[in-house]
Amino acid sequence: MIDVLDGVEEWLDDGKKVALVTLIATERSAPRDPGAAFAVNEDGKVLGSISGGCVEPAAITEAMNVIETGVPQRMTYGITDEDACAVGLTCGGTVHLMIERIDW
Amino acid sequence: MGELFKAVAHAIREKEPVAVVTEVQGPNPGAKMLVGEESVTGSLGDEKLDGAVIENARGFIDMAQTGTRTYGPQGQGNSEEVEVFIQAFSQPPDMYVLGAVNLANAVVRLGKFLGYRVTVVDARRIFANQERFPEADEVVVQWPNEFLETAPISRRTAIVILTHDPKFDIPILEFALKSPVGYLGAMGSRRTHEKRKANLREIGVTDEQMERIHAPLGLDLGARTPEETAVSILAQIIALRTGRSGGHLDEASGRIHA
Repeated sequence: MIDVLDGVEEWLDDGKKVALVTLIATERSAPRDPGAAFAVNEDGKVLGSISGGCVEPAAITEAMNVIETGVPQRMTYGITDEDACAVGLTCGGTVHLMIERIDW
Repeated sequence: MGELFKAVAHAIREKEPVAVVTEVQGPNPGAKMLVGEESVTGSLGDEKLDGAVIENARGFIDMAQTGTRTYGPQGQGNSEEVEVFIQAFSQPPDMYVLGAVNLANAVVRLGKFLGYRVTVVDARRIFANQERFPEADEVVVQWPNEFLETAPISRRTAIVILTHDPKFDIPILEFALKSPVGYLGAMGSRRTHEKRKANLREIGVTDEQMERIHAPLGLDLGARTPEETAVSILAQIIALRTGRSGGHLDEASGRIHA
Protein backbone atom coordinates (compact mmCIF):
# COMPACT_ATOMS: atom_id res chain seq x y z
CA MET A 1 0.00 0.00 0.00
CA ILE A 2 2.95 2.30 0.68
CA ASP A 3 3.64 2.90 -3.02
CA VAL A 4 0.13 4.24 -3.71
CA LEU A 5 -0.32 6.41 -0.58
CA ASP A 6 0.62 9.75 -2.13
CA GLY A 7 -1.40 9.24 -5.30
CA VAL A 8 -4.50 8.01 -3.47
CA GLU A 9 -4.36 10.94 -1.07
CA GLU A 10 -4.25 13.32 -4.01
CA TRP A 11 -7.29 11.66 -5.58
CA LEU A 12 -9.19 11.83 -2.28
CA ASP A 13 -8.27 15.51 -1.89
CA ASP A 14 -9.62 16.12 -5.40
CA GLY A 15 -12.91 14.56 -4.27
CA LYS A 16 -12.52 11.45 -6.42
CA LYS A 17 -14.00 8.11 -5.42
CA VAL A 18 -11.20 5.57 -5.05
CA ALA A 19 -11.09 1.79 -4.74
CA LEU A 20 -8.17 0.01 -3.11
CA VAL A 21 -7.32 -3.50 -4.30
CA THR A 22 -5.15 -5.37 -1.78
CA LEU A 23 -3.48 -8.74 -2.18
CA ILE A 24 -4.46 -10.47 1.08
CA ALA A 25 -3.22 -14.02 0.45
CA THR A 26 -1.47 -16.10 -2.20
CA GLU A 27 -1.27 -19.80 -2.94
CA ARG A 28 1.69 -21.35 -4.69
CA SER A 29 3.72 -18.96 -6.80
CA ALA A 30 2.63 -15.36 -6.96
CA PRO A 31 4.63 -12.35 -8.08
CA ARG A 32 4.08 -10.24 -4.95
CA ASP A 33 3.53 -10.75 -1.23
CA PRO A 34 0.34 -10.07 0.75
CA GLY A 35 -0.05 -6.38 1.44
CA ALA A 36 0.73 -5.30 -2.13
CA ALA A 37 -2.00 -3.02 -3.40
CA PHE A 38 -3.13 -0.94 -6.32
CA ALA A 39 -5.72 1.78 -6.54
CA VAL A 40 -8.35 2.72 -9.11
CA ASN A 41 -10.30 5.98 -9.22
CA GLU A 42 -13.77 6.73 -10.60
CA ASP A 43 -12.24 7.87 -13.90
CA GLY A 44 -10.66 4.45 -14.37
CA LYS A 45 -7.13 5.67 -13.61
CA VAL A 46 -4.89 3.06 -12.04
CA LEU A 47 -1.93 3.38 -9.63
CA GLY A 48 0.42 0.54 -8.77
CA SER A 49 0.32 -3.17 -9.52
CA ILE A 50 -0.08 -6.44 -7.64
CA SER A 51 0.69 -9.15 -10.14
CA GLY A 52 2.63 -7.62 -12.96
CA GLY A 53 -0.49 -7.52 -15.10
CA CYS A 54 -2.13 -10.95 -14.87
CA VAL A 55 -5.14 -10.24 -12.69
CA GLU A 56 -5.31 -6.47 -13.00
CA PRO A 57 -7.85 -6.26 -15.86
CA ALA A 58 -10.46 -8.37 -14.05
CA ALA A 59 -9.75 -6.67 -10.74
CA ILE A 60 -10.06 -3.21 -12.27
CA THR A 61 -13.49 -4.07 -13.68
CA GLU A 62 -14.55 -5.28 -10.23
CA ALA A 63 -13.03 -2.20 -8.59
CA MET A 64 -15.12 0.07 -10.84
CA ASN A 65 -18.23 -1.80 -9.61
CA VAL A 66 -17.14 -1.38 -6.00
CA ILE A 67 -16.63 2.37 -6.55
CA GLU A 68 -20.22 2.45 -7.83
CA THR A 69 -21.87 0.29 -5.13
CA GLY A 70 -19.57 0.88 -2.14
CA VAL A 71 -19.91 -2.83 -1.29
CA PRO A 72 -16.48 -4.41 -0.63
CA GLN A 73 -15.66 -7.65 -2.43
CA ARG A 74 -13.32 -10.47 -1.50
CA MET A 75 -12.21 -12.08 -4.78
CA THR A 76 -10.13 -15.11 -5.71
CA TYR A 77 -8.32 -15.31 -9.02
CA GLY A 78 -6.26 -18.14 -10.43
CA ILE A 79 -3.31 -17.11 -12.53
CA THR A 80 -3.23 -19.97 -14.99
CA ASP A 81 -0.73 -20.36 -17.77
CA GLU A 82 -3.57 -20.17 -20.30
CA ASP A 83 -4.56 -16.71 -19.10
CA ALA A 84 -3.53 -13.79 -21.19
CA CYS A 85 -0.35 -13.35 -19.18
CA ALA A 86 2.65 -11.83 -20.83
CA VAL A 87 5.56 -14.19 -21.28
CA GLY A 88 7.92 -14.24 -18.33
CA LEU A 89 5.40 -13.57 -15.58
CA THR A 90 5.16 -15.86 -12.61
CA CYS A 91 2.04 -17.89 -13.30
CA GLY A 92 0.27 -20.90 -11.92
CA GLY A 93 -0.69 -19.40 -8.55
CA THR A 94 -3.89 -18.19 -6.93
CA VAL A 95 -4.38 -14.76 -5.42
CA HIS A 96 -7.00 -13.54 -2.96
CA LEU A 97 -7.91 -9.88 -3.22
CA MET A 98 -9.87 -7.45 -1.09
CA ILE A 99 -11.49 -4.72 -3.15
CA GLU A 100 -12.93 -1.82 -1.18
CA ARG A 101 -13.96 1.77 -1.73
CA ILE A 102 -11.96 4.14 0.45
CA ASP A 103 -14.74 5.75 2.43
CA TRP A 104 -12.97 5.10 5.71
CA MET B 1 -14.34 10.26 4.16
CA GLY B 2 -10.73 9.24 3.87
CA GLU B 3 -9.98 10.19 7.48
CA LEU B 4 -8.76 6.77 8.58
CA PHE B 5 -6.84 6.47 5.33
CA LYS B 6 -5.13 9.78 6.07
CA ALA B 7 -4.31 8.59 9.60
CA VAL B 8 -2.75 5.45 8.08
CA ALA B 9 -0.76 7.52 5.58
CA HIS B 10 0.42 9.83 8.37
CA ALA B 11 1.54 6.94 10.59
CA ILE B 12 3.43 5.27 7.74
CA ARG B 13 5.21 8.49 6.76
CA GLU B 14 6.16 9.20 10.36
CA LYS B 15 7.37 5.59 10.69
CA GLU B 16 5.04 4.99 13.63
CA PRO B 17 4.59 1.21 14.00
CA VAL B 18 0.95 0.50 13.10
CA ALA B 19 -1.25 -2.25 11.71
CA VAL B 20 -4.22 -1.76 9.40
CA VAL B 21 -6.96 -4.29 10.10
CA THR B 22 -9.67 -5.08 7.55
CA GLU B 23 -12.55 -7.49 7.94
CA VAL B 24 -12.55 -9.26 4.57
CA GLN B 25 -15.27 -11.81 5.34
CA GLY B 26 -17.94 -11.88 8.07
CA PRO B 27 -20.83 -9.75 9.33
CA ASN B 28 -19.16 -6.39 8.56
CA PRO B 29 -16.98 -6.81 5.47
CA GLY B 30 -14.80 -3.75 4.92
CA ALA B 31 -14.82 -2.75 8.62
CA LYS B 32 -11.46 -1.19 9.54
CA MET B 33 -9.23 -0.58 12.50
CA LEU B 34 -5.96 1.26 12.77
CA VAL B 35 -3.99 -0.34 15.59
CA GLY B 36 -0.93 1.37 17.08
CA GLU B 37 1.28 0.12 19.88
CA GLU B 38 -0.93 1.96 22.35
CA SER B 39 -3.81 3.36 20.30
CA VAL B 40 -6.79 2.01 18.39
CA THR B 41 -9.05 3.78 15.88
CA GLY B 42 -12.18 2.14 14.49
CA SER B 43 -13.98 -1.11 15.29
CA LEU B 44 -15.07 -4.35 13.64
CA GLY B 45 -18.42 -4.05 15.43
CA ASP B 46 -17.92 -6.36 18.41
CA GLU B 47 -15.94 -5.47 21.51
CA LYS B 48 -14.63 -8.99 22.15
CA LEU B 49 -13.70 -9.50 18.50
CA ASP B 50 -11.90 -6.15 18.55
CA GLY B 51 -9.98 -7.24 21.65
CA ALA B 52 -8.76 -10.48 20.10
CA VAL B 53 -7.85 -8.82 16.81
CA ILE B 54 -6.03 -5.92 18.49
CA GLU B 55 -3.87 -8.34 20.47
CA ASN B 56 -3.00 -10.24 17.27
CA ALA B 57 -2.39 -7.01 15.37
CA ARG B 58 0.12 -5.88 18.02
CA GLY B 59 1.90 -9.23 17.60
CA PHE B 60 1.99 -8.55 13.84
CA ILE B 61 3.48 -5.09 14.53
CA ASP B 62 6.12 -6.61 16.81
CA MET B 63 7.28 -9.01 14.11
CA ALA B 64 6.50 -6.79 11.08
CA GLN B 65 4.13 -9.36 9.58
CA THR B 66 1.18 -9.27 7.21
CA GLY B 67 -1.50 -11.91 6.69
CA THR B 68 -5.01 -13.14 7.40
CA ARG B 69 -6.48 -14.57 10.61
CA THR B 70 -9.90 -16.06 11.30
CA TYR B 71 -12.11 -15.69 14.36
CA GLY B 72 -15.60 -16.34 15.62
CA PRO B 73 -18.04 -13.39 15.70
CA GLN B 74 -16.99 -12.64 19.30
CA GLY B 75 -13.29 -13.24 18.69
CA GLN B 76 -13.30 -17.00 19.33
CA GLY B 77 -10.17 -18.73 18.10
CA ASN B 78 -11.64 -21.96 16.76
CA SER B 79 -13.85 -20.47 14.07
CA GLU B 80 -13.55 -19.26 10.49
CA GLU B 81 -16.68 -17.11 10.39
CA VAL B 82 -14.80 -13.83 10.41
CA GLU B 83 -11.71 -13.44 8.25
CA VAL B 84 -9.48 -10.46 9.00
CA PHE B 85 -6.55 -9.13 7.03
CA ILE B 86 -3.83 -7.58 9.17
CA GLN B 87 -1.09 -5.52 7.54
CA ALA B 88 1.68 -4.26 9.80
CA PHE B 89 3.76 -1.25 8.88
CA SER B 90 6.83 -1.60 11.08
CA GLN B 91 10.47 -2.49 10.83
CA PRO B 92 11.41 -6.10 11.61
CA PRO B 93 12.77 -6.31 15.17
CA ASP B 94 16.52 -6.54 15.65
CA MET B 95 18.30 -9.51 17.16
CA TYR B 96 21.90 -8.98 18.13
CA VAL B 97 23.84 -12.21 18.55
CA LEU B 98 27.01 -11.29 20.43
CA GLY B 99 29.76 -13.87 20.13
CA ALA B 100 30.29 -15.74 16.83
CA VAL B 101 30.45 -19.13 18.56
CA ASN B 102 29.12 -22.41 17.21
CA LEU B 103 25.71 -21.99 18.84
CA ALA B 104 25.36 -18.58 17.19
CA ASN B 105 24.66 -20.15 13.80
CA ALA B 106 21.59 -22.01 15.04
CA VAL B 107 20.36 -18.89 16.85
CA VAL B 108 20.80 -16.85 13.66
CA ARG B 109 18.85 -19.36 11.59
CA LEU B 110 15.95 -19.54 14.05
CA GLY B 111 15.96 -15.78 14.56
CA LYS B 112 15.61 -15.32 10.79
CA PHE B 113 12.88 -17.97 10.68
CA LEU B 114 10.87 -15.99 13.25
CA GLY B 115 11.26 -12.71 11.38
CA TYR B 116 14.13 -10.96 13.14
CA ARG B 117 16.74 -8.87 11.41
CA VAL B 118 19.78 -10.67 12.77
CA THR B 119 23.24 -9.19 13.31
CA VAL B 120 26.20 -11.23 14.54
CA VAL B 121 28.93 -9.34 16.37
CA ASP B 122 32.37 -10.54 17.43
CA ALA B 123 35.72 -8.80 17.77
CA ARG B 124 37.51 -11.75 16.14
CA ARG B 125 37.52 -11.48 12.37
CA ILE B 126 38.38 -15.16 12.01
CA PHE B 127 35.02 -16.08 13.56
CA ALA B 128 32.86 -13.14 12.52
CA ASN B 129 32.48 -13.46 8.78
CA GLN B 130 29.62 -13.88 6.32
CA GLU B 131 30.88 -17.34 5.26
CA ARG B 132 30.25 -18.73 8.73
CA PHE B 133 26.88 -16.97 9.01
CA PRO B 134 25.39 -16.94 5.52
CA GLU B 135 21.88 -16.33 6.85
CA ALA B 136 22.74 -13.35 9.05
CA ASP B 137 21.62 -9.97 7.76
CA GLU B 138 24.89 -8.50 8.93
CA VAL B 139 28.14 -9.73 10.46
CA VAL B 140 30.09 -7.06 12.32
CA VAL B 141 33.71 -7.28 13.48
CA GLN B 142 33.75 -5.09 16.56
CA TRP B 143 33.82 -5.35 20.32
CA PRO B 144 30.17 -6.14 21.11
CA ASN B 145 29.81 -3.42 23.77
CA GLU B 146 31.11 -0.82 21.31
CA PHE B 147 28.70 -2.13 18.71
CA LEU B 148 25.76 -1.72 21.11
CA GLU B 149 26.67 1.89 21.80
CA THR B 150 25.69 2.88 18.27
CA ALA B 151 23.09 0.20 17.49
CA PRO B 152 19.37 0.97 17.66
CA ILE B 153 17.85 -0.75 20.72
CA SER B 154 14.12 -0.79 21.52
CA ARG B 155 11.76 -2.89 23.61
CA ARG B 156 11.39 -5.13 20.50
CA THR B 157 15.13 -5.82 20.34
CA ALA B 158 16.59 -9.14 21.51
CA ILE B 159 20.21 -9.31 22.68
CA VAL B 160 21.64 -12.82 22.93
CA ILE B 161 25.03 -12.86 24.63
CA LEU B 162 27.05 -15.94 23.71
CA THR B 163 30.54 -14.55 24.37
CA HIS B 164 30.85 -16.50 27.63
CA ASP B 165 33.82 -14.48 28.82
CA PRO B 166 33.65 -11.81 31.53
CA LYS B 167 35.97 -9.59 29.50
CA PHE B 168 33.16 -9.26 26.94
CA ASP B 169 30.07 -10.08 29.02
CA ILE B 170 30.44 -7.42 31.70
CA PRO B 171 30.79 -4.35 29.43
CA ILE B 172 27.94 -5.68 27.25
CA LEU B 173 25.62 -6.18 30.22
CA GLU B 174 26.59 -2.88 31.81
CA PHE B 175 25.57 -1.06 28.64
CA ALA B 176 22.53 -3.19 27.75
CA LEU B 177 20.98 -2.77 31.21
CA LYS B 178 20.81 0.99 30.62
CA SER B 179 18.91 0.44 27.33
CA PRO B 180 15.20 -0.33 26.75
CA VAL B 181 16.10 -3.77 25.27
CA GLY B 182 13.21 -6.25 25.37
CA TYR B 183 15.17 -9.49 25.80
CA LEU B 184 18.57 -9.81 27.37
CA GLY B 185 19.95 -13.32 27.71
CA ALA B 186 23.48 -14.46 28.51
CA MET B 187 24.98 -17.90 28.05
CA GLY B 188 26.68 -19.56 30.98
CA SER B 189 26.03 -21.83 33.93
CA ARG B 190 24.43 -20.67 37.16
CA ARG B 191 27.91 -20.48 38.67
CA THR B 192 29.21 -18.36 35.81
CA HIS B 193 26.26 -16.06 36.26
CA GLU B 194 26.83 -15.73 40.02
CA LYS B 195 30.39 -14.57 39.25
CA ARG B 196 29.02 -12.20 36.62
CA LYS B 197 26.58 -10.75 39.12
CA ALA B 198 29.41 -10.19 41.59
CA ASN B 199 31.37 -8.35 38.87
CA LEU B 200 28.35 -6.24 37.99
CA ARG B 201 27.70 -5.37 41.64
CA GLU B 202 31.26 -4.10 41.88
CA ILE B 203 30.59 -1.58 39.12
CA GLY B 204 27.38 -0.40 40.76
CA VAL B 205 24.67 -2.47 39.05
CA THR B 206 21.87 -3.31 41.50
CA ASP B 207 20.32 -6.76 41.94
CA GLU B 208 17.00 -5.28 40.86
CA GLN B 209 18.51 -4.12 37.56
CA MET B 210 20.09 -7.54 37.08
CA GLU B 211 16.67 -9.21 37.13
CA ARG B 212 16.35 -8.25 33.46
CA ILE B 213 19.19 -10.64 32.58
CA HIS B 214 18.15 -14.16 31.64
CA ALA B 215 21.03 -16.45 32.55
CA PRO B 216 21.33 -19.31 32.07
CA LEU B 217 19.28 -18.43 29.01
CA GLY B 218 16.43 -20.36 27.38
CA LEU B 219 13.51 -22.49 28.48
CA ASP B 220 14.02 -25.73 30.38
CA LEU B 221 13.71 -28.12 27.42
CA GLY B 222 16.66 -30.35 28.19
CA ALA B 223 18.27 -29.11 24.98
CA ARG B 224 21.49 -30.91 23.99
CA THR B 225 22.45 -29.77 20.49
CA PRO B 226 23.05 -26.20 19.29
CA GLU B 227 19.79 -26.41 17.33
CA GLU B 228 17.81 -27.53 20.38
CA THR B 229 19.44 -24.86 22.51
CA ALA B 230 18.51 -22.25 19.91
CA VAL B 231 14.87 -23.44 20.06
CA SER B 232 14.91 -23.08 23.83
CA ILE B 233 16.33 -19.53 23.58
CA LEU B 234 13.91 -18.37 20.90
CA ALA B 235 11.00 -20.02 22.74
CA GLN B 236 11.94 -18.03 25.84
CA ILE B 237 12.03 -14.83 23.79
CA ILE B 238 8.50 -15.51 22.50
CA ALA B 239 7.16 -16.45 25.94
CA LEU B 240 8.58 -13.29 27.53
CA ARG B 241 7.19 -11.12 24.74
CA THR B 242 3.69 -12.56 25.13
CA GLY B 243 3.91 -12.81 28.91
CA ARG B 244 3.42 -16.59 28.99
CA SER B 245 5.09 -19.18 31.20
CA GLY B 246 6.35 -21.46 28.43
CA GLY B 247 4.90 -24.63 29.95
CA HIS B 248 2.83 -27.40 28.36
CA LEU B 249 -0.42 -26.26 26.71
CA ASP B 250 -2.14 -29.52 27.62
CA GLU B 251 -1.46 -28.78 31.28
CA ALA B 252 -2.72 -25.20 31.03
CA SER B 253 -6.18 -23.71 30.81
CA GLY B 254 -7.30 -20.52 29.13
CA ARG B 255 -6.45 -19.06 25.79
CA ILE B 256 -3.86 -20.71 23.57
CA HIS B 257 -2.88 -17.78 21.37
CA ALA B 258 -1.49 -14.59 22.76
